[in-house]
Amino acid sequence: MKLSVGPLLYLWQRETVFEFYERLCRSQVDVVYLGEVVCAKRRQLALSDWLEIGDRLAGAGKQVVLSTLALPEAESELSAMRRIAENGRFTVEANDMGAVNMLAGKVRFVIGPHVNVYNAETLNLLAEAGAKRFVLPVELGAEVLTALQGQRPEGMETEVFAFGRLPLAFSARCFTARAHNVPKDACEFVCGEYPAGLLLHTREREPFLTLNGVQVQSARTQNLIAELDTLGALDVNVIRLSPQSEGMDEIIETFRMALDGRLPIPQASESLLRLVADGCCDGYWHQQPGMNWRAGA
Amino acid sequence: MKLHEPNVNTKRRQVELVCPAGSLPALKAAVDNGANVVYMGFRDGTNARNFPGLNFDGGEATTGIGYARDRGVRVLLAINTYPGPGQWDKWCAAVDQAADLGVDAVILADAGLMRYAARTHPQLRLHLSVQGSATNHEAISFYIRQFDIKRVVLPRVLSLSQVRNIIKRVDAEVEVFGFGSLCVMVEGRCVLSSYVTGDSPNTCGVCSPAKAVRWEESAAGRKSRLNGVLIDVYGPQEPAGYPTLCKGRFEVDGNVYYALEEPTSLNVLDILPELVNAGVAAIKIEGRQRSPAYVAQVTRVMRSALDACERDPSGFAPKAEWVAQLDKVAEGRCHTLGAYHRPWQ
Repeated sequence: MKLSVGPLLYLWQRETVFEFYERLCRSQVDVVYLGEVVCAKRRQLALSDWLEIGDRLAGAGKQVVLSTLALPEAESELSAMRRIAENGRFTVEANDMGAVNMLAGKVRFVIGPHVNVYNAETLNLLAEAGAKRFVLPVELGAEVLTALQGQRPEGMETEVFAFGRLPLAFSARCFTARAHNVPKDACEFVCGEYPAGLLLHTREREPFLTLNGVQVQSARTQNLIAELDTLGALDVNVIRLSPQSEGMDEIIETFRMALDGRLPIPQASESLLRLVADGCCDGYWHQQPGMNWRAGA
Repeated sequence: MKLHEPNVNTKRRQVELVCPAGSLPALKAAVDNGANVVYMGFRDGTNARNFPGLNFDGGEATTGIGYARDRGVRVLLAINTYPGPGQWDKWCAAVDQAADLGVDAVILADAGLMRYAARTHPQLRLHLSVQGSATNHEAISFYIRQFDIKRVVLPRVLSLSQVRNIIKRVDAEVEVFGFGSLCVMVEGRCVLSSYVTGDSPNTCGVCSPAKAVRWEESAAGRKSRLNGVLIDVYGPQEPAGYPTLCKGRFEVDGNVYYALEEPTSLNVLDILPELVNAGVAAIKIEGRQRSPAYVAQVTRVMRSALDACERDPSGFAPKAEWVAQLDKVAEGRCHTLGAYHRPWQ
């Protein structure tokens, strides 16, 4: 199985972003997804910057994929998406049907986790449109994947979101701006103050969700390290680690060593628990509420 | 691919009022109070209002369709959840049954199911459900190119100017939500409910399902929980609302507030002329899970408003009595323009 790093979902300072990907050049990941998926207003990196980062990663032997916005609405956002679709250098991950429409019949592409692929018929028609890999929607688990893999179109690769805070929802509303009591149109990029997102607790002080601009994530970190054998047996091709601001190098190394059989799963699991802020979850994989942890135990 | 009707013809017709029919009495209430179109679902997980005691079996659907047709009202049927591999045959059977019943269109969300419908029942008119989550003209064009859909229901995350732009650019009718509970997240791509309960609108046709709800009396007040997660706490005099998880009060940075959205309803009366002028084909009322009395009340008010607006768009102003009547049945007893109005975002 290949190891991928998903698109950066938070707003980090420009230099931090460059440093992060510089380190990924030297890391043991195989595939790196680049670009802004969450908020069209975040433009501290232009497409040219992403392409430059992509070139460096490609030079270091990484497979580079450019991800598109999950919720494109405005015409300017579609134009930006079209430039990505027509970049001519790197594969594109489509995160809505608009991006699929731009790519269909022209180039091979990846179906991101925000396009709803729940059955083989949908997967088939996307394969006919040019999809070569799909990321399983996060709310689906081993049971659906087993059935899907059995009916997978020829040559289609499968990727599973294996580690990271789960992307659960998108809105037109910016929840970080709302938390600061400022309108979205005058947000002044307050989400930049939260490189790991802004934690939302229940009134019993339980960490529950993470606010990340117009995106809502889980507070817990999805962690499928204990499922590596099952993922392998299901012929999953790529497992995705979603970037977090702290400990990413160790997370990648832990997964790599576990995949290569150089680190026993229980130890790998222990290491990862020390690298997450608000606990883990794996319920979706076991057909349970996504927030559940050790649902298979 | 079939030829489309030209835009001008499809977009200059009178705006249709599309009303919820969660049951036969609700269907009759909608028809009797001025609906042009009603929409319904089968009594199972094939539609996004899969609530106990709601919806139609085959016999009731036939009766309902007959009642509507006799009074010149058209009937749509929603099959707008996403079938997993194990459910595929059942969802296809629902499409077949809808075609056999002779409904005026099916409202679908899943692309695979749309292809099945287009190939198996080429005469069956297809609408793209709000659960299809198409927020721009490129996405809508995909469904038109692939499946020849005739109408798209827009997610409740678009501003008025974005709605206008889509209407100008797509070769399909555009239906928008006009009144009812407001999804703050883009429909079809929100899994908050399954994160907490295991069931989501996409997979099970439910959000924050009643079976996961628990009420608890405590010294701090009345608590509502969803699968154990505290959604809200109500003081002694406070009216308690249904614990839809995006409409609870949570703590962020030491502040307790409605961090995602207040319990409130969408109401477009204030911008009705703008929507009509923009060329929307239809305005939809949400609420198949609501009572026949709700359907009657909302349909009656929206009918009056739409008629007044069609007669004199420039002189249109929402009457205070309409607003009061709608607020009475609204979630949280108040309303918002939602994403149509930029400041909400």
